[in-house]
Amino acid sequence: MTEGFFSRGFLGRRRSQDTELPPGQYLEDGFPVLSAGPTPRTPQEEWDFSIVGEIDEPRRWTWEEFSQLPSEEITRDIHCVTKWSKLGTSWEGVSVDTLLEGVETAAEYVTAFCDGDYTTNLPLVDVTGGKAWVAFAYDGEPLEPEHGGPVRLLVPHLYFWKSAKWVRGLQLTTYDIPGFWETLGYHNYGDPWREQRYWGD
Amino acid sequence: MAVQLRRILWGLAEVIEVVPETPRTKSLLLEVPEWEGHEAGQHGDVRLTAQDGYQTQRSYSIASAPEDERLMLAVDRLDDGEVSIYLTDVLMTGDKLELRGPIGGYFAWEEGEGGPLFLVGAGSGIAPLMAMIRHRGAAGSDVPTRLLYSSRSYEEIIFREELETLASRDGALEVIHTLTRSRPEGWSGYDRRIDAEMLGEVGWSPEESPLVFVCGPTSFVEGAADALVRLGHDPARVKTERFGPTGG
Repeated sequence: MTEGFFSRGFLGRRRSQDTELPPGQYLEDGFPVLSAGPTPRTPQEEWDFSIVGEIDEPRRWTWEEFSQLPSEEITRDIHCVTKWSKLGTSWEGVSVDTLLEGVETAAEYVTAFCDGDYTTNLPLVDVTGGKAWVAFAYDGEPLEPEHGGPVRLLVPHLYFWKSAKWVRGLQLTTYDIPGFWETLGYHNYGDPWREQRYWGD
Repeated sequence: MAVQLRRILWGLAEVIEVVPETPRTKSLLLEVPEWEGHEAGQHGDVRLTAQDGYQTQRSYSIASAPEDERLMLAVDRLDDGEVSIYLTDVLMTGDKLELRGPIGGYFAWEEGEGGPLFLVGAGSGIAPLMAMIRHRGAAGSDVPTRLLYSSRSYEEIIFREELETLASRDGALEVIHTLTRSRPEGWSGYDRRIDAEMLGEVGWSPEESPLVFVCGPTSFVEGAADALVRLGHDPARVKTERFGPTGG
């Protein structure tokens, strides 16, 4: 419909890193915040993280227990569906593989559930095999509440709304349950390299 | 808030008019063929293409009501903005602009959802709130509505005259300004950034269960939304839309 169109008088501002960016993304040096409502703040003594759903024995960690799990340092590029990308962000978090260690499940999907009633859905294979973490630190500091602290999911190979802020657990499911943005017209999977921003992309 | 899932395709809008609103902000009035309509509060994606094929995209809130004939985007000119400088300095009547939308559906209001409505905005964060106010007017709604709007100066109040006109002929619409940097002589309104005290004075009490929409830069939205929750508002009735200080 718009093939061959160019914007009269638009020169554009190319940057050397543009080649590293997925289509339609631009480079951001700051760290923009995006969320649909107020930032939830759960007192540490009430906080827990759990794995529920298709699992024989649901798992649960208190804040203290969670803090003692082995963690990893992660450096990855992140891509927000609102068009900004940030390169080489550094995080510290617990691998989802660690949380699911030894779990036998028929599940093929997970729903990350969060304070503030946010949810997002992912195929199980996209959060296992070293692809996803529950991150508690960003740039060497405890993760700030506005960026999802105390912990957020980190799934850097998908658009950043899949990296759910204020995550409190994972529900393992045998079928796919579209989450918050996924039912509001955003893409169900969200691969930035295939520019899967919205439903049908 | 029913979202109909359908593919959102790129289309070519025609620029009907570029309206200077303030020294930094312009409204783009667009004719969009095959626009499927939007809800007040949703946004659109703009894509610019250079002659050599280089492309870049940004999102802009829609400021027009679903009922309006033309689609309006309000664009703040950012000093280092790749796209906003093109849209405010280069684009002119008759140009074409690649656009797709509407996008989003959570930060949206339709008159049937009722109220009372408490709209809290800063700067160009007025855009989606203006769409709601215009929609409310066009639909003949009498939902009690208050807009608390923070601008740096009187000259930088976007849509000032239209807001005055709408409020003057509609007893259920109140517009309250605060000016954070400079005030005209004799200004008797608020003169500071929006804080909990101001939100408490201007807004409805939590018992009246208002539907609250907050839009502006991140730090503004974080502060206002936190204050609203501390005042006792149900977080589920406080909807936010944020844009970063960079990225235009």
